[in-house]
Amino acid sequence: MALLQTVNLTKRFGDFRAVNSVNFTVNQGEFLSLVGSNGAGKTTLVNLISAQLWPDTGQVLFEGRDITQATVFQRIRAGIARSFQLVNLFDRLTVLDNVSLAIFSREGKARNLATLAEGDREVRTEAMDVLGLFGLDTKRRLLAGGLAQGERKLLDVAVAYALRPKILFLDEPTSGVGTRDKAQIMDTISAVVRAGTVTAVVIEHDMDIVFKYSDRIVVMHEGAFLADGLPAEIRVNKEVATVLLGAAVPG
Amino acid sequence: MEILAIQILNSLFYASVLFLIAAGLSLIFGVMNIVNLAHGSLYALGAYITAWLIGRAIAGGSGASAIWLFLLMPIGALAVALVGAVIEPTLLRPLYRRAEEYQLLVTFGLLLILEDVMRFVWGGLPLTADTVVDALPIVRILGQLYPAYNLVVIGIGGIAALGLWAFVYRTRFGVMLRATSQDRRMASALGLDVGRVYILAFAIGCFMAGLGGAIVVPSQAAVLGMGVDALVLAFVVVVVGGLGSLKGALVGALIVSFVRTAGIQFFPEVELAVLYLIAGIVLLVRPTGLFGTA
Amino acid sequence: MIALTGTPRPALPQLRLMGIAVPIAVLLALVPSFANSYQTLLLAYGLIIAIAGLGFNLLLGYTGLLSFGHSAYFGTGAYAVAFMAQDLGVRSMEAYILCGLALSAIVSAVFGFICVRHTRIFFGILTLALSQVLWSLALKLFWITGGSDGLRVPRPTLLGGMLTYTGGGFPRFISYYYYYVLVLFVVCVLVMWMIVHSPFGKALQAIRDNETRAAFLGLRVRRFRWVAFLISGVYTGLAGVLWVPLNGLTTPDILYWPFSGEIVFLTLLGGFRNFTGPIVGGIVFTFLKTYAVATTEYWQILLGVVLVVLVLVLPTGIVGALAQLIGRLWPQRAD
Repeated sequence: MALLQTVNLTKRFGDFRAVNSVNFTVNQGEFLSLVGSNGAGKTTLVNLISAQLWPDTGQVLFEGRDITQATVFQRIRAGIARSFQLVNLFDRLTVLDNVSLAIFSREGKARNLATLAEGDREVRTEAMDVLGLFGLDTKRRLLAGGLAQGERKLLDVAVAYALRPKILFLDEPTSGVGTRDKAQIMDTISAVVRAGTVTAVVIEHDMDIVFKYSDRIVVMHEGAFLADGLPAEIRVNKEVATVLLGAAVPG
Repeated sequence: MEILAIQILNSLFYASVLFLIAAGLSLIFGVMNIVNLAHGSLYALGAYITAWLIGRAIAGGSGASAIWLFLLMPIGALAVALVGAVIEPTLLRPLYRRAEEYQLLVTFGLLLILEDVMRFVWGGLPLTADTVVDALPIVRILGQLYPAYNLVVIGIGGIAALGLWAFVYRTRFGVMLRATSQDRRMASALGLDVGRVYILAFAIGCFMAGLGGAIVVPSQAAVLGMGVDALVLAFVVVVVGGLGSLKGALVGALIVSFVRTAGIQFFPEVELAVLYLIAGIVLLVRPTGLFGTA
Repeated sequence: MIALTGTPRPALPQLRLMGIAVPIAVLLALVPSFANSYQTLLLAYGLIIAIAGLGFNLLLGYTGLLSFGHSAYFGTGAYAVAFMAQDLGVRSMEAYILCGLALSAIVSAVFGFICVRHTRIFFGILTLALSQVLWSLALKLFWITGGSDGLRVPRPTLLGGMLTYTGGGFPRFISYYYYYVLVLFVVCVLVMWMIVHSPFGKALQAIRDNETRAAFLGLRVRRFRWVAFLISGVYTGLAGVLWVPLNGLTTPDILYWPFSGEIVFLTLLGGFRNFTGPIVGGIVFTFLKTYAVATTEYWQILLGVVLVVLVLVLPTGIVGALAQLIGRLWPQRAD
């Protein structure tokens, strides 16, 4: 059974169909890339799945349950987490607090106002472990606002990862960083995600990265799916090459 | 029936003044995204300056006719506009890049300063200018006596509403104003002198407040604290009508005035409370007010 | 040796707090022994206003919401005491506090429920408008509230009469009441310190920094804001309760919106980005205002100029500026 499924999902902005009757399936444990040119509807699709936007028609199913009407809060509790294209962090909290807060929230401890946040050893240990996975443990006492761009991208993913989601949507985790950092970030993310057996859906522009890391690739164009297949299949797909012209398609 | 007619006129009189204050507040917010807490004090300043000018003119004893006294009103309003033209570049301009809390606080500081400046210059006693009201006849409306001056104020309110509308929607500067209010950076990229637009918008907003004070002072004396009271009512108007909307300021002023007049008549104890509650309910149901967009 | 090169563990936050708080509390406790009763009185006012500032800053500094209507909760506390004294003949300070807290909790829960649906400028205007509902009621329902004359409040009994000041006159009342306030002040500081360092407090700061992301961590943003509003209102309400017996009178002025402006002012004066900012601000503001009022009839100009200069030149307030200065003089070794 698919972990996540959308059925004829549609979102219009005026006359423009940003997402047009999309049937999207994500299987348990895969590392999936969502690609397409700007305006193809990738981010809108992720926004619909994470309840940042509401669809006009269609359904979202998660673990077989219809969650189309579920709120952000309910979807996060169900195990859907995401990171953001433009880094979204708590800039005036420390790196450690950014991650700890995700854990407090997940554990239902964020309501607690009669204990010290730093005093919770379990949460602190787990947060340090997460930071260690992303190579950020030495930065734990810095304010998130003071990190370099590449570190901010990683922290953004780390915060979402700390929610221990079943499925993790990463919206352009390497945008805005240099080529060398990109590979490092993706190495880290893919290692963490695979080791933690988290299902991941990554929106990415860099086709080298997409081909290198993905189990499966879905290509979107003008709000609909153009192709869906293994990296080897997508690589030789002429239609995809035409649509993504300008993107680095090797061979 | 006769009483009702008088009450309606009273409401319209009150609405004219409130519209002038609220439209200025709304214009400044719409263009510059600043909520000016000192706006009420600028209205009071307009009242004081006008009353003082009228007092001088009469004391001058040049046999000043009522017409001349009327001309002093726009002068009072212009003086307030001038104050605004000084305030914007010195106090507000350094803060546009900072959080809006700071803008609010600086205008609160300005309020404290203006209130005391008025106390210092004109003292604690009310300043009247009722000669202007007396210069005009008392007219009979459905058998009731009514000062013609109040009708003049209602007329000025109507003309001001029309004039402002024409200015914002029919002139080149109005186009610049609206462009800046929609997207400051874009306007600046298109070659508009945003600094000049801001200073003019702020001065015009202040002029409206000053004019409100100028036309109210012949029938109600200028007193300390009138600005602080007026500001909260202007808030209610713009909250009901929608911050940044001219039409909203007009409709809001009418609603508030009629509710207030009815309140004074039928439920004087909770008249003000009802107004604030209306504002609260409107914000709850329609956060942007009746005509607001953003 | 290798163990020593690791990053040093930071001192426990509790220890850091105690290191600063205990000497200051001791110092404050010694004040009546060397200050005259007028200065003690002023300091008591300062501590009370500081409690209001602490509560206010939970919203502004930690949750990112600027309320321009905190006069409502201060006034609720004050009028609760006045009603109990006048209509029920209650004289016990403890009863005042309990009822004042309950009433300001109810009012801030209701007002907060409405206000937290908005943020930024709309939040500010809504808090202001709602506070003015109470102000206009206090002004107009004069047969209950005494109108603009207000209500007189006699000196209460402290600790069920265990602290008797009769015979000692005003100075003895002041010194007893000062300690009474000081104890509550210390409790308030400790509780607030706990709140802002708790997971809840961190969540508020997260909401302040980035509302969207906070929601995507599964935090129910509106509910957190509402609870912060409630706590904030109760703190300010307590300040109102403590303020009345000292002032002996409550008038609608403390419900009028410029009084809310004063609370904002003092918080900015001390610095809203620091925990201690509103405390320093509350005390400094009280002395500043008192001396300004005593020196000139036009004290508002003085306050206005201070506020404008503060915003333009010293936006981090007294504590923020001091922290920067100390940071520059003794830069901390980065680890």
